[in-house]
Amino acid sequence: MSEKKYRAKAVSRRGFLKALGVGSAGALIPAAPTLAAQERAGAPSDGELATLLDLSKCIGCGACVEACRESNSAKFPEPVKPFPDMLPSRRAKPEDWSDMRDVDDRLTPYNWLFLQNAVVEYEGKPYAINIPRRCMHCQNPPCANMCPFGAANKQVNGLTRISPGLCMGGAKCRAVCPWHIPQRQSGVGLYRHLMPRLAGNGVMYKCDRCHQLLDQGELPACIAVCPEDVQTIGPRHEIVARAKELAREMNGFIYGLEENGGTNTLYVSPVPFELIDRAIDKDSGPGANKAGKGKRKRTPLGPGKPHMGPVKDVMADETNLAAAAFIAPVAGIAAGVLGLGSKLLSKGEGDHED
Amino acid sequence: MRTRPYPAWISRLFILLVAALTFTGFMQMPLAKRYALTTVPGMAWTGDFFLVHKIHYVLGVALLFLVALVAVNWIKSWKNTLALTGLGLARAGVVFGLVVSGLLRVYRNLPGVTLDPAAILAIEWVHLTLVMVLGVLALVAIIRKSSAYAVRR
Ligand code: SF4
Ligand code: SF4
Ligand code: SF4
Repeated sequence: MSEKKYRAKAVSRRGFLKALGVGSAGALIPAAPTLAAQERAGAPSDGELATLLDLSKCIGCGACVEACRESNSAKFPEPVKPFPDMLPSRRAKPEDWSDMRDVDDRLTPYNWLFLQNAVVEYEGKPYAINIPRRCMHCQNPPCANMCPFGAANKQVNGLTRISPGLCMGGAKCRAVCPWHIPQRQSGVGLYRHLMPRLAGNGVMYKCDRCHQLLDQGELPACIAVCPEDVQTIGPRHEIVARAKELAREMNGFIYGLEENGGTNTLYVSPVPFELIDRAIDKDSGPGANKAGKGKRKRTPLGPGKPHMGPVKDVMADETNLAAAAFIAPVAGIAAGVLGLGSKLLSKGEGDHED
Repeated sequence: MRTRPYPAWISRLFILLVAALTFTGFMQMPLAKRYALTTVPGMAWTGDFFLVHKIHYVLGVALLFLVALVAVNWIKSWKNTLALTGLGLARAGVVFGLVVSGLLRVYRNLPGVTLDPAAILAIEWVHLTLVMVLGVLALVAIIRKSSAYAVRR
């Protein structure tokens, strides 16, 4: 993998964006110069940024995986050992990747992007599809919504981040993520300073869309480095339009438009995602470990190979219940004003009306 | 004993809702599996984050209705005959804070709503802190044998 070869190209593309005066949330769209040319400098109110991955282009060179590591290495955990003894020891086990930093065939706290491969036959033709996998950056992310400490958040520019300083490492985000994306490293973070035996177990890590680069108007590392311009980033509505157009052109399919109610990562592929999901090596999602690669022992370090199956909107019920939550006080007031309460409430406990 | 000059069903429903909300609220933290609560017969549901979350919502809806009903009746007719005790006032304030922070939490979870991370942190910790304060106040009220929120004037 001659990743250095691509460095110059990446830098020059950044230069191009800078020269164009594209701001922090600009249309950073190398693959669609017409869109990039539109003036969007410094307008984060433009809403969510989404990425588009054209899977027909990816050659599986792995440059993006390398670039991701390099770009984010300063954020990687440096755990303090030995880990605190946790209670109960049978159930609360440390997850340690610090001696396996080189693992690049799954998501780990030190590898936020990896490549899946699917060899499939579709309409009589063979395809070898390479799929860069990382956080989908859901539009309504359960990892952030369900975090009890406010450590995981979605930003206005459409990316979700987990604050390493606040995360307790309970891995709830991984449990509620439809793809089980965030990965845990024990021995780091807040829990060590609170009640390390009783609560918490490290910090969760995942792709944060290179926020440090985006904030400077630069492309995320994996996008900038790609020799095939597989990825495109820009305002979501434009990316959605582009994805649909691309899918039409190649008579292909889109993943991420409906999944979990919509994500800010859209994959476009010439072959159906059901076929891809069946062919990839995965350990999460429906039918994990059953289809495709045969039986596989569940790793004690949590799933790190996301599926590509259908995902319903996991927060949909909460959204419906929210209406009830906002109506309830109004209904209570109305009931009270209409006198429903007064009769029921007029009598006290063991009290006599006077 | 005339501890509460308002109907018992209100107290009972309130205590039931607050207790259930506190439990499902604490279960938002990933504790059920770690502490083997899920292995207790009939408690397996505590390990289902989404189910516990939805139950918390439903209980919240019921509490919101009750609190609004009581508040209106207080303003309409009770305030002339009843007076909040000191502890009652403190607890009413805390419940109000819990309700507001809880509603903000619900709002935050709507699709299309993106709040500032600092605001989310504040909402989260205010909600979590207030429930603990309510617990302490309730304990004090029990010890002082003044668990009624209000007394007759
Ligand atoms: S996305 Fe680009 S850099 Fe990554 S493997 Fe595919 S072709 Fe290579
Ligand atoms: S893919 Fe998972 S980790 Fe990423 S935003 Fe969605 S729920 Fe969160
Ligand atoms: S956006 Fe950044 S953090 Fe995310 S996968 Fe790409 S390089 Fe890694």
